[in-house]
Amino acid sequence: MKSLRVSDVKQKYRGKNYDVIVVGAGHAGCEAALAAARMGNKTLILTINLDMVAFMPCNPSVGGPAKGTVVREVDALGGEMGRNIDKTYIQMRMLNTGKGPAVQALRAQADKHAYHAEMKHTLENEPNLTLRQAIVDSLIVEDGLCKGVVTNTGAKYFAKAVVIAAGTAARGKIIIGELMYASGPNNSQPAEKLSGNLEELGFDLERFKTGTPPRVDGTTIDYSKAEEQPGDATPHHFSFESSDKNYLSVKDQLSCWLTYTNETTHKIIRENLDRAPMFTGVIEGVGPRYCPSIEDKIVRFADKSRHQLFLEPEGRKTEEWYVDGLSTSMPEEVQQKMLHTVAGLENAEMMRPGYAIEYDVVAPYQLKPTLETKIVRNLFTAGQTNGTSGYEEAAGQGIIAGINAGRRALGKGPFVLKRNEAYIGVMIDDLVTKGTKEPYRLLTSRAEYRLLLRTDNADMRLTEKGHELGLISDDRYAKFLDKKRAIDSEIQRLNQIRIKPSDAVNQFVEAHGDKPLKDGVLASVFLRRPYVNYQTLLQFIAAPDAPLDRHVVEQVEIQTKYAGYIAKAEASVEKMKRMEAKRIPDRIDYQAIDGIATEARQKLQKIHPETLAQASRISGVNPADIAILSVYIQQGKIAKLKKSV
Amino acid sequence: MVLTTTEFDTIAAISTPPGEGGISIVRISGEEALDVAKKIYRGKSLDKVASNTINYGHIIDPSTGQEIDEVMLSVMRAPHTYTKEDIIEINCHGGIVATNRILQLVISNGARMAEPGEFTKRAFLNGRIDLSQSEAVMDLIEAKTDRSMKAAINQLDGNLSHLIKHLRKDILDVLAQVEVNIDYPEYDDVETMTSKLLREKATDVHKRIVQLLQTAKQGKILRDGLATSIIGRPNVGKSSLLNHLLHEDKAIVTDVPGTTRDVLEEYANVQGVPLKLVDTAGIRDTTDKVEKIGVDRSRKAIASADLILLVLNASEELTDEDRQLIKATNGKQRIVVLNKTDLPIKLKLNEIKQLTHADHIISTSAIKSDGLKELEKLISKMFFDEGISSSQNDVMVTNARHIGLLNQAKQALEDVIKGLDTGMPVDLVQIDMTRCWDLLGEITGDSYQDELIDQLFSQFCLGK
Ligand SMILES: Cc1cc2nc3c(=O)[nH]c(=O)nc-3n(C[C@H](O)[C@H](O)[C@H](O)COP(=O)(O)OP(=O)(O)OC[C@H]3O[C@@H](n4cnc5c(N)ncnc54)[C@H](O)[C@@H]3O)c2cc1C
Ligand SMILES: Nc1nc2c(ncn2[C@@H]2O[C@H](COP(=O)(O)OP(=O)(O)O)[C@@H](O)[C@H]2O)c(=O)[nH]1
Repeated sequence: MKSLRVSDVKQKYRGKNYDVIVVGAGHAGCEAALAAARMGNKTLILTINLDMVAFMPCNPSVGGPAKGTVVREVDALGGEMGRNIDKTYIQMRMLNTGKGPAVQALRAQADKHAYHAEMKHTLENEPNLTLRQAIVDSLIVEDGLCKGVVTNTGAKYFAKAVVIAAGTAARGKIIIGELMYASGPNNSQPAEKLSGNLEELGFDLERFKTGTPPRVDGTTIDYSKAEEQPGDATPHHFSFESSDKNYLSVKDQLSCWLTYTNETTHKIIRENLDRAPMFTGVIEGVGPRYCPSIEDKIVRFADKSRHQLFLEPEGRKTEEWYVDGLSTSMPEEVQQKMLHTVAGLENAEMMRPGYAIEYDVVAPYQLKPTLETKIVRNLFTAGQTNGTSGYEEAAGQGIIAGINAGRRALGKGPFVLKRNEAYIGVMIDDLVTKGTKEPYRLLTSRAEYRLLLRTDNADMRLTEKGHELGLISDDRYAKFLDKKRAIDSEIQRLNQIRIKPSDAVNQFVEAHGDKPLKDGVLASVFLRRPYVNYQTLLQFIAAPDAPLDRHVVEQVEIQTKYAGYIAKAEASVEKMKRMEAKRIPDRIDYQAIDGIATEARQKLQKIHPETLAQASRISGVNPADIAILSVYIQQGKIAKLKKSV
Repeated sequence: MVLTTTEFDTIAAISTPPGEGGISIVRISGEEALDVAKKIYRGKSLDKVASNTINYGHIIDPSTGQEIDEVMLSVMRAPHTYTKEDIIEINCHGGIVATNRILQLVISNGARMAEPGEFTKRAFLNGRIDLSQSEAVMDLIEAKTDRSMKAAINQLDGNLSHLIKHLRKDILDVLAQVEVNIDYPEYDDVETMTSKLLREKATDVHKRIVQLLQTAKQGKILRDGLATSIIGRPNVGKSSLLNHLLHEDKAIVTDVPGTTRDVLEEYANVQGVPLKLVDTAGIRDTTDKVEKIGVDRSRKAIASADLILLVLNASEELTDEDRQLIKATNGKQRIVVLNKTDLPIKLKLNEIKQLTHADHIISTSAIKSDGLKELEKLISKMFFDEGISSSQNDVMVTNARHIGLLNQAKQALEDVIKGLDTGMPVDLVQIDMTRCWDLLGEITGDSYQDELIDQLFSQFCLGK
């Protein structure tokens, strides 16, 4: 029996009916709600505090390797993150420009407050969408079907599908030194009840941990002691829809600043390790290896005499600065001391201390690739709730959960992105197939086909799908088709033009230390030479009828220069696709299959992969197990589990 | 980056039924069967030949242009084949050595070594065989499960495994560094993996793999055969055993020993293991008994052999000469063959066991063909499962699969270097480096992508 607390409402009332309800207006929830609404569903989004819609509790930045590509993928599917950051960035930089096209990455510093306000405004103006402040306490579930939610104020809302995107609020706990209290991010109210309800419904929850550095007052920073990192002059955007003419000049962007910790900083940390919750055992949650706290770094990499710190502005109308690299949950006074040892921060005033936060996570093996839960039908989960970390990861899942919840409400089939189609596909497949033992972050090395999953071609990969889903306007789709045609026809043209071994060509070739041409060579083949780019090529061949847009030129260059590698990657995708096509029947009883190794059997039983390809990616499932499984499926003698009720 | 899509690989194996000397067949099945064959076949254009025809031609090594064998090659096009895939069968005449060489060529040109029963499994999966037959397939695969578990570890000689793990570790360091440069571009305290550095590393690993391939004992064995010596007193049945192993009546067995044949080495295919039988003339040449069949004469044969078949006559008591031979072969890979078990047995098994430290002992009757299958099985088991350890080298690759993988790994490294030559960026070229790492991992059985991510976070200090 559950006892009611005094604060619980006794009186419940029935609110309106919706097609889709989204719980949480963070980065995942916003995308989910917008996607569902734009597909024509009457959608309700509930969140604890309306002043924290699309709030950035940590780094005031969007993008970076893999993550930036996800933003573009979300954009190609008609999502909001790309447009929103293009409207509110204060600095834009393309990273990895010295490397190949597969790994170039766009990163923006966000005006955190503007980012929030802009997104909130977009939600408010979305015709099918209602935004409301409320804490969801429990779900309405009957016969294994999710039918709605109940809020702390007693409202019962019914819907055909529900998406939970609760972020770090679920039984959140903030830890600063010896201090520990229940809280969502940034001292917001935590969601105390929803996790308990999920447990009652049979979900396996895990406890994760993350942290954030202190913020300092920019008027007290001595910038002369740090190294300036300005934004890029060449225009970049996340969204296909943004145009170059709106791009901010370098002087209109804000710079970041680079400085370092030093031995004195490390000494202070070492002397206070006995007060660090990371080491005193106060923190139980599992933290991410890729965002270690500074105390963690100093213990694990004891031989390093300094660590990089980036000072990042949090917005145009604030003097708060984010100290990237100094994530910590040390006591407040120690944090202040640490800061003062850093060059440029000697007199810095700390405005907010860094902290660690612990929260509940739905172990993601309990999800299907659509992000619907396996135990409760019509219930979807997305974002940090699924064990990921990062705004982009959240947005990527949010849009997929929103699309699938929306399609469910419309009576349509599932929508899944594959590993060769998008980083979003890689991430979701990793989550539902392998689960995660720490907050999951996307890395380019997680993608086996990263040459195909480039930042520059996210629109080429996904706009078609976005349009089919009804999330990309006809107008934008037409523009996309124009771009595609322009690329194809130019590539074709280059495959037909021959460059003759003229004096001009040979002079150019020899100037680059190459042997002069003897015979003519195709323009496309000539373009593959490392010292040739599209512009130099135009010195030797006729220009196309109309000058090409720079995005078209970029595609022509990449698709020509790296054709060999792209073809190789596509060949291995073809193989994988055939494994993906081999579907494993629902509810197969793995106990009934002889010959599968015990570990593999347990994993298969737990994860219930949908295809042989997915099964083969589960660690502990060996090729021999897959062989047996495929023979077994082929036999058609499938022992099925009884349908659970 | 785990290579999981083995289901649709083009596969190959030697498919000569054991016991059929002379001609053996290399069979290739899969979508790329024709492409693979085209790369190594010189003769009529295979694209043009009709299905189910047999074509005369030559197999050549495309990397050297060297002619390997004169062959008959049949092309069978999908779906009217056993596996319902394209099948190529190469009928080789040049004996076990040439056949093995052809198999290796096939593997380094795009096919993969078939697992036991894999042709049948495909036939089944492609709907060629019916359900009742499929049970047998299941058994085959299950047998494989057991075996592959052990095999992944046991087929590997400890030294080789050690070497490969070392190579992989070095490659992993390179990969992790490239990845870190990509995923954490803002961190300036990590050394940048430049083209120059990558080329150095790739060249170094390439050199080591080439060495490995050269010194690989098994490579030598598959090329040259497993040096095997049949040792024993006159008249214990050596020639008779030899004949059985050769599966033809090459040697003439008479009651009067002394038929001479001018052959120094002969080859036998014992369940896939190529045996090079050394000093067969010595077995047969008994003109000067005292000198040639004595222990001294055997010494040389013993020293150069990887495997000794020591034959004793079970129908007689142990002689001093037998004892001497046992002593001389102690410490070698040895099978003690107790022959003539059709006659009343006088040999004391316990004594033999004691003297030989309980080696592999097997009872046969050459005349009644008893125990010979068991002998063959034992040889194959020792070779594949236990890995007959080598006398000449300290590294040994145990089968054609490993050699094939090493060759592919070598190829991947050559692609790395080629990519760098044409000015490709490090992160692209790295795709081939990763492939090399995966291929080597298939040898040791630990291709596992998360290794890389673990390495990233333990090697570098990253994060906000
Ligand atoms: C302290 C801290 C440090 C972080 N550090 C990093 C980092 O270093 N790197 C990184 O990549 N990411 C970091 N993150 C994570 C990043 O902020 C999140 O991954 C991202 O915001 C997740 O988006 P989301 O939509 O899943 O959740 P959130 O953005 O957290 O949004 C969840 C929303 O749901 C609402 N909500 C929750 N429960 C309920 C309920 N029951 N009823 C109604 N509304 C509810 C919340 O109020 C909130 O608005 C950090 C987060 C925090 C808090
Ligand atoms: N009874 C019996 N006789 C055998 C057996 N093996 C070989 N012999 C006979 O023993 C004699 C010598 O055999 P041979 O193979 O020439 O012996 P080698 O001198 O050791 O090569 C021949 O007469 C064979 O027929 C056996 O298993 N049983």
